[in-house]
Amino acid sequence: MKTIKLLIAFILITLTTAFSIKPIVAGYKVGDVATDFKLKNTDGTMVSLADYQDAKGYLVIFTCNTCPYAMKYEERIIALDKKYKERGVPVVAIMPNNVDVKPGDSFENMQKRANEKGFTFPYLIDENQEIYPQYGATRTPHVYLLEKTTKGNIVRYIGAIDDNYQDESQVEERFVENAVDAMLSGKEVPIKTTKAIGCSIKA
Amino acid sequence: MIMKKLLFGLVCILPLFLSCKNETEKSKSVEKKTVLNVETEETVRFPVYDYEGIAPLLYTNTDKTYIVNFWATWCKPCIEELPGFEKLYAETKQNNVEMILVSLDMPNMWKTQLEPFVENHKLQGKVVILDDPKMNTWIPKVDKDWGGGIPATLIFNKEERAFYERGFTYEELKKELDKFL
Repeated sequence: MKTIKLLIAFILITLTTAFSIKPIVAGYKVGDVATDFKLKNTDGTMVSLADYQDAKGYLVIFTCNTCPYAMKYEERIIALDKKYKERGVPVVAIMPNNVDVKPGDSFENMQKRANEKGFTFPYLIDENQEIYPQYGATRTPHVYLLEKTTKGNIVRYIGAIDDNYQDESQVEERFVENAVDAMLSGKEVPIKTTKAIGCSIKA
Repeated sequence: MIMKKLLFGLVCILPLFLSCKNETEKSKSVEKKTVLNVETEETVRFPVYDYEGIAPLLYTNTDKTYIVNFWATWCKPCIEELPGFEKLYAETKQNNVEMILVSLDMPNMWKTQLEPFVENHKLQGKVVILDDPKMNTWIPKVDKDWGGGIPATLIFNKEERAFYERGFTYEELKKELDKFL
């Protein structure tokens, strides 16, 4: 009897621990199926991943107006979209910040930014702040490469765009480009996750 | 509540395992104190390091306890928690506590934002600049679980070590520091 009780206690502890850890490391890992969304673009239209019928995948990039790192990467995000949109992997940018905390990221300011910079990709606002926690984005810019499959959009890469935010000419490893190239040629993505300092997303 | 304690315990224990490995890394890099950009940014008041240069500051063989805070002037939660760090440092520095404020400000902000900020707030912690764009290489060396968010804080002495990717109030930080004293 005692052993059974102990066993039950042990199982309970294991289970509750397992489940209570989950929400803390919430967000997608490479290999997970990522959710679609319907978010407002700076041109007023609503955009979903499903709108891109011919896409082979997506570069979902959480970014914003105000973060110095995000600003450093703006040109490179435009270049990524130009390079990979025609190969079936468009950029879809999402601004996740709470605009009450970061007024510089308001919808109007997003519109301004998109026009000034000539964004070639949708720049969506995560108005209810419901999408970024599902992805597990914590900072800007934070890239999720998704591959469109019959099982859904599968996460292939999570992390930084490349290994040098400061100076593009000093970049040695283009993490995102390497990941997309590998995915498009049916190979395993060489580096699946990377870390970078970024601005924490304001809840 | 129990879960929280358990988790917290795990978080605390992890760095202990890591510290052994890091000790050997330390001895390698102690000799090589690389100070970068002294010529190009010679007017900036604070030492500028890459990771190799800063690594020796992240370990100690002395009897002191170190609080190392990773921050930047553009990081709002960092700025908000700094007064609590400064207050605690002022109260504990007689007690063998040192504080290092590792700025991750970008080079173009050193003169325009960092220097005025440190001056205006009369920061007492030792301000150093970490200028190493190879973030994916050095972030895991500071702590393998660090995702790269700031504020982040390292507390260590020669025996123990803990890393926190979160902000602190004065009270919360005091509670953590007390475990080391």
